[in-house]
Amino acid sequence: MRSSDTCQKNQRKTRCLLLTLLAIFLSALQSAGASAETPLGSHQIPALGVAAPANYESVVMPDGKGLPKGSGDVDSGATIYARTCASCHGSKGEKAGVPLVGGRGTLDSKNPIKTVGSYWPFATTLYDYITRAMPYGQEKSLTPNEVYAVTAYVLYLNEIIPENTTLNQENLAAVVMPNRRGFRPAKDFQPFR
Amino acid sequence: MTQTPAANNGLLNRRWFLKAGAVAAGAAVLTPAMADGPWMTYPGQSPGPYGAPSRFAALKREQITLNPLGPGDGASCSPLQSLNGIITPNSLHFERHHSGIPDIDPEHHRLTVFGQVKNPLVFSYESLLRYPQQTKTWFLECSGNSFRNTFDEAPDLTAGEVSGLFSCAEWTGVPLHYLLDEVGAHKTASWVIAEGADASGNNRSIPMSIAQHAIIALFQNGEPIRPSQGFPMRLFVPGCEGNISIKWLRSLKLSPTPAQTREETSKYTDLLADGTAQQFSLKMEVKSVITSPSGKMQLPAKGIYPITGLAWSGQAPISSVHVSADGGKSWAAAELQTEPSPFAPVRFRIPWQWHGQPAVLQSRATDAAGNIQPTRAVALRKQSPLVIYHYNGIQSWQVDASGKVRNALI
Ligand code: HEC
Repeated sequence: MRSSDTCQKNQRKTRCLLLTLLAIFLSALQSAGASAETPLGSHQIPALGVAAPANYESVVMPDGKGLPKGSGDVDSGATIYARTCASCHGSKGEKAGVPLVGGRGTLDSKNPIKTVGSYWPFATTLYDYITRAMPYGQEKSLTPNEVYAVTAYVLYLNEIIPENTTLNQENLAAVVMPNRRGFRPAKDFQPFR
Repeated sequence: MTQTPAANNGLLNRRWFLKAGAVAAGAAVLTPAMADGPWMTYPGQSPGPYGAPSRFAALKREQITLNPLGPGDGASCSPLQSLNGIITPNSLHFERHHSGIPDIDPEHHRLTVFGQVKNPLVFSYESLLRYPQQTKTWFLECSGNSFRNTFDEAPDLTAGEVSGLFSCAEWTGVPLHYLLDEVGAHKTASWVIAEGADASGNNRSIPMSIAQHAIIALFQNGEPIRPSQGFPMRLFVPGCEGNISIKWLRSLKLSPTPAQTREETSKYTDLLADGTAQQFSLKMEVKSVITSPSGKMQLPAKGIYPITGLAWSGQAPISSVHVSADGGKSWAAAELQTEPSPFAPVRFRIPWQWHGQPAVLQSRATDAAGNIQPTRAVALRKQSPLVIYHYNGIQSWQVDASGKVRNALI
């Protein structure tokens, strides 16, 4: 920047060219010296990762990818729910604190109530969350069949699926949640500069 | 000594302390033969294995129970009112856990990086210690920080109780892009889905454009990161809401789309007044808080006090902080006590002459991108009532004629 400004001002082109060449030569010398003294460049990665299992999975996606094989219906879900969930969330998911039902039509009010039924955009999220984080205090104690069943029951309590539904890895992602269209990326959502 | 006013109600020229100090320095007298107290008359404690603060300066985090149903689902706040500089000691760093603090043996901990990659790989703690590391002074703020000032009534709280879901440490770890290079991330992988090894298996989807600036943090202020901060390793995404800096990091899935996890749908989304919600508002806004004088403090007498506090922004380095002693009618530029840098807070200060009159102390931060901290009313207008995330309104501390300082909603 500065050297080209000087060039314009002085109009002595030959001298400028010589100076530029000298600068390039000096910086080349410098970097040659640096690489000779640095045995391991700071960006050199030791590559110590070992191959991961081919079927490794960590999460259930909105299109159903990541769901394990299995199935469960509303009826058996009701039994499991009564045994493992009702104490904290209420027998019908109504208990204040962390309610699992209610709040439909309240999102644009002065007292919005966010629940699975009123707020959650994807049914797959329910499976993903229950299987990793619930029942609180005995996390990861439910089998895939039990998680499908209890997911079905919570969706049934919210009047999203009928009582005779059986959920499995094929049909869970097709369940349309009431607030499916309620979300959009934040206005300032953008890559870092 | 002339005291130049910088703004109304006692704000002084920020250089004033400097001048006063220069005069006082010559006055100290050394009297070596006298004991100031019993501690000068016998040997003190021997050096110990792990230090502790003075019993006269022991600090505490305030604990918040967020959910009586889940005892580990809680938070603790840094006592901002008692700290100076910008670094939070490890024992006082704020905490927010969704299912308590796991007790992880690093020998049995693995980080799996997979999904849209050429070679899915598993990394041990030992192996990551051998990677080139980066050291950064970065703040971390919970998206729900200062939530207690979003309600209609002002609770009587300290600065830490209001805004202490905010801390800053020197984080050292492996830049995430080293691992992304090693697994051979596909160009189509525009999201990273990070998952923790705690009981809640906390998981979040992070846009690659943001994740590529992250590190896998292994050290916090020089020592291995604390279990409460994710030992043996956590993701640290600078400038962004704390929830995406997944602690106890166990997997990173590269994906073309986000996973829509519970934490990025049910929670950590911003419900607007029209009933729709914004997702992935990840960057923290420009913000500041006066840490002294602040809530629940008592000014002992009329006189000169330093007003000091912290300012930060997840969008750009802080460029200036202004302070008011009259509730925002007049403002003076504060001195920045630390060098502004990306994703680091600055410590600011300005001397203030308290005349024994009521005052309202406020600070207002501006960042290098031109973002200016809004008033409380403007900050609250953005969202639906009851939504507490990303609140960055100007903090007011009301000083009454007796010198008592109280949290105020102005
Ligand atoms: C010991 C109490 C307890 C039990 C038992 C329990 N939960 Fe929970 N549940 C909680 C707590 C606490 C939270 C909030 C956790 C948080 O916010 O991090 C929660 C959150 C949830 C949520 C998310 C709600 C939302 O709107 O974000 C769902 C869904 C849920 N639980 C379902 C279940 C199911 C299904 C079961 C039974 C298999 C169950 N829970 C058992 C305490 C419990």
